[in-house]
Amino acid sequence: MTPNLVYVVVIGVLFAAGVSMVLERSLTRVLMGMILLGNGVNLLILLGGNAGAPPIVGASDAEMADPLPQIMILTAIVITLGMTAFLLALAYRSWAMSGHDEVQDDVEDQRIMRLAERDEGSGTDDTDHHEAAR
Amino acid sequence: MLLVVLILHAAAAMLAPVAIRHAGNRALYGLALVPAGTFVWTATQKPPVAEAYPWVPHLGMDLALRMGSLSWLMMLIVSGIGAVVLAYCARYFTEGDPGLGRFAGIFLGFATAMTGLVVSDDLVLLYVFWELTTVFSYLLIGHSGEHSAGRRAAMQALVVTTAGGLAMLVGFVLLGHGAGTYRWSEIVEGPLPAGGATAAVLILAGALSKSAIFPFSFWLPAAMAAPTPASAYLHAASMVKAGVFLLGLLGPLLALAEPWRPVALVAGIITLLLGGWNAMRQHDLKLLLAYGTVSQLGLLTIALGAGSRAAALAGAALLLAHALFKAALFLVVGIVDRLAGTRDLRELSGLGRRMPVLAVIAGLAVASMAGVPPLAGFVGKETLFTAFEHGGTTDRLVLPALVAGSALTVAYGLRFLRGAFAAKPGFAPLQTPRPGFAFLAPAGLLALAGLGLGVAASWLDGVLTPYASQFPGETEHLALWHGFGLPLLLSGAVLAAGGTMFAVQLRGRPWPGRRLPAAETVYKWLMSAVDRAAVEVTGATQRGSLPFSLGIILVVLVLFGAGTLVFVAPWPSGLRLWDTPLQLVAGAVVVSSALIAARSRRRLTAMILLGVSGYGVAVMFVLHGAPDLALTQFLVETVTIVMFVLVLRRLPVRFSARPLRASRIMRTTLAAATGLVAAGMAYVAVGGRTAMPISVDFAEPAVSYGGGHNIVNVALVDIRAWDTMGEISVLVVAATGVASLIFRRSGALQRRRAEQGNGHLDQQVQEPGPWLRAGDNPEARRQSIILQVVARLLFHTIVLFSIYLLFSGHNAPGGGFAGGLVAGLALTTRYLAGGRRELNAAAPVDAGLVLGAGLLTAVGTGAAALVAGGEVLQSALLDFHLPVLGHIHFATSTFFDIGVYLIVVALVLEILRSLGAELDRQHEVAARTERRAIERQREPV
Repeated sequence: MTPNLVYVVVIGVLFAAGVSMVLERSLTRVLMGMILLGNGVNLLILLGGNAGAPPIVGASDAEMADPLPQIMILTAIVITLGMTAFLLALAYRSWAMSGHDEVQDDVEDQRIMRLAERDEGSGTDDTDHHEAAR
Repeated sequence: MLLVVLILHAAAAMLAPVAIRHAGNRALYGLALVPAGTFVWTATQKPPVAEAYPWVPHLGMDLALRMGSLSWLMMLIVSGIGAVVLAYCARYFTEGDPGLGRFAGIFLGFATAMTGLVVSDDLVLLYVFWELTTVFSYLLIGHSGEHSAGRRAAMQALVVTTAGGLAMLVGFVLLGHGAGTYRWSEIVEGPLPAGGATAAVLILAGALSKSAIFPFSFWLPAAMAAPTPASAYLHAASMVKAGVFLLGLLGPLLALAEPWRPVALVAGIITLLLGGWNAMRQHDLKLLLAYGTVSQLGLLTIALGAGSRAAALAGAALLLAHALFKAALFLVVGIVDRLAGTRDLRELSGLGRRMPVLAVIAGLAVASMAGVPPLAGFVGKETLFTAFEHGGTTDRLVLPALVAGSALTVAYGLRFLRGAFAAKPGFAPLQTPRPGFAFLAPAGLLALAGLGLGVAASWLDGVLTPYASQFPGETEHLALWHGFGLPLLLSGAVLAAGGTMFAVQLRGRPWPGRRLPAAETVYKWLMSAVDRAAVEVTGATQRGSLPFSLGIILVVLVLFGAGTLVFVAPWPSGLRLWDTPLQLVAGAVVVSSALIAARSRRRLTAMILLGVSGYGVAVMFVLHGAPDLALTQFLVETVTIVMFVLVLRRLPVRFSARPLRASRIMRTTLAAATGLVAAGMAYVAVGGRTAMPISVDFAEPAVSYGGGHNIVNVALVDIRAWDTMGEISVLVVAATGVASLIFRRSGALQRRRAEQGNGHLDQQVQEPGPWLRAGDNPEARRQSIILQVVARLLFHTIVLFSIYLLFSGHNAPGGGFAGGLVAGLALTTRYLAGGRRELNAAAPVDAGLVLGAGLLTAVGTGAAALVAGGEVLQSALLDFHLPVLGHIHFATSTFFDIGVYLIVVALVLEILRSLGAELDRQHEVAARTERRAIERQREPV
């Protein structure tokens, strides 16, 4: 199959725009980035099948578009709707509780970072070594 | 029948906690009937017994069970010792011990796994049971999880044996792959498959780690943290025995591999000597026995790993003898511990006079262990001497080690007896209570069995010879009397040397030597190194910041993606500009709106541009020939905009402060790189496609099987129905999640139910009001009556249209998703026009109820197909005549689509109730409170 330039460009731009939004801390912005990325991925999948007449048997004599990518994308679109609803509720909740919708740093990860800075183990290996160290 | 045995064991394991809660310790006698019955049944069988049941046919895996001679022996050991130990537990544990139910359950689970292990014919099945014993032993050793020693010991046993087990699995796969089958009974027939030597070494690693053979010995003494009956079972019949059993089972073929014998012999000898040596230094009776077990396992490894007929015969006999005397000795220690309150042999004094019967039992067991005639241990050991007497030079080198190890065994055996029972000078005899019959009987039975088997050596010879004859070598027999010769001389020398060693130590000479296992240090070092490395890697890559973590993932994607694109990918030669020029227009809209959205700092602007870009994508779907996608995308995009508006009206107008300049540049660079890689991947992947898509064959079955002309819709509810099922489950979860995030208190939920049940909360009497009058709505002042009336007028039409879409979807664009979204939009219109009361009037039901109904319909359709004799979610075509409507052609998958429809409607309803109505209410409450506060301030105090 020969690639379609319009698709290739649109996919690239949707990915780039999505990624630049996803890499921020505001949850609504992250969500918008995810939606753009999702659209890009959907087009990427769609591009895998050939274009053509709607895949409805008997509707047209022309060659049909490949239905398989369409089936997958349909599922993806509706799942994105569910995810959007959930993340929006999360963003609102975050705003209601803390006055902003920013994703905070993970406390547990920071604890591990401090352990790494002090060159210590987590102590979860439960060996005598740590028992003695404590 | 073997399968029945396994099922009975598993059932007993599951029943055990319940039985013990109701009947107390007595229930253990009942539970012991399962292994006891197994013992009796096994004793009446004549091996080999084999059976197979299909299990995972796609992988060629069967539930293949086979009881050969060695398995038969192991079955007797596992079930016999298991029954005896369970009966012993009834007295060992105090009545009402809260941990007993759990203990008994795990113990029987362990017995199930061990029984399964010894009768598995399929190597993969064997591995499964093997790891099950590891897990159960972890739980048994860690029985007292509140002590850190218990946890540590359990973890050590788990890590060491699992690591060995994984090596073994690789060995099994090599073996099975080389031989073309995983059935051991078939592999053993053929020649050693290619890769057999590597497989042998890997399997040895698994077997030796399981049996606590050097260098893995250290975990077994630490495992003493387990309750004593568990230790008895672990040491005598299961877990560590699994390793030597595997050596014995696989020996007939794998001993042909070059490294098998040297590895087994050297590791066995070191373990035999080191274990015995360390047993001489222990003061805790249980620890002494544990090191004794390590030593004895070394001996068994030598016997079963030697790969000769006589040694195998001796090994099988010793396996049995060891099970009997070691279990008996542990049970004795348990009695001493319970009654005297200590296991320290420096404190125990005068118990022999106090409990003569127990002393006799221990004496019998120790005699068997030391190899005193006429006990079972003697029979086995003398045959072992004979086996290595006749062999070549290597074998003669093994012989002195055997003698030295056996002498150590005699010495620590005597040390055990004196430590437990003798009156020590300077210590007053302990005044302990005497053990009752039921407490003594299990140990006594095992000790007597050791005596009986020694006397019945020729019978034992008969049942074990079929196993030994699998090995090459001269015929040898088990017998009490082999005549005068080197073996008898060695047996005598062993007893004399052992006695001397014991006497020397008694004189007060401290037993030389430091800690045995250097391997334990290595293990600890390794574990803390892994822990440190994990902390460093996690600390470096996972810094707790979401942008950073995502950035790492994207950088990897870019590097790998770009690398592959540049160096590996076949670049296609051709490139089309577009299918139709209209695509360029739609594409330009999508691209520009997406780019501006990404730059916008105002939430509303970004949201609107996002919607524009989404509609642009929908147009691209249309131009591609995907009307279903376009329809759904349009509807989803609309619902998304509504959702965003509902939430954004409460959030600040602008996004929070712009990130720093440096990070902004980083972000933009990474975004551009990801976009480039994605575009490159799209270009290369499409160009690389050469095969025919499988969907060209979808058209015909869609009509003939699915009963519809719209391939996309038919596939969604038919061949990909499982995916759709998963998807609607996600929707249900998302809807529930939204509600639980917004409705914060349980009071809010109750109020919500009340409001829904009664659309007009203010009116006491429910009466059907005028259809189109909107003035009764208290919120009406702020709303457009015209809009409300129009919304009411349109509502039913839109709902009807949504139902049309649902049913026509099988043959034309539409279906459950599109229909549900349209119905959801009808509800949205009502809400936007008239607020939450209007919404409740339009849909006077709980969204959760609709969600449940939808899921039930979808699952019910799937299950109905199963009941009707098809596969889950298989659809059928129904043709029938109705008087007015005429001929009806109907696919059962339509019901599935109805379920989808209901769930999508409920999702939208839930969104409106949560993000819409509830936020309204919360806002009103907040505003009212604020107003009151202001009024109160104005009032003069």
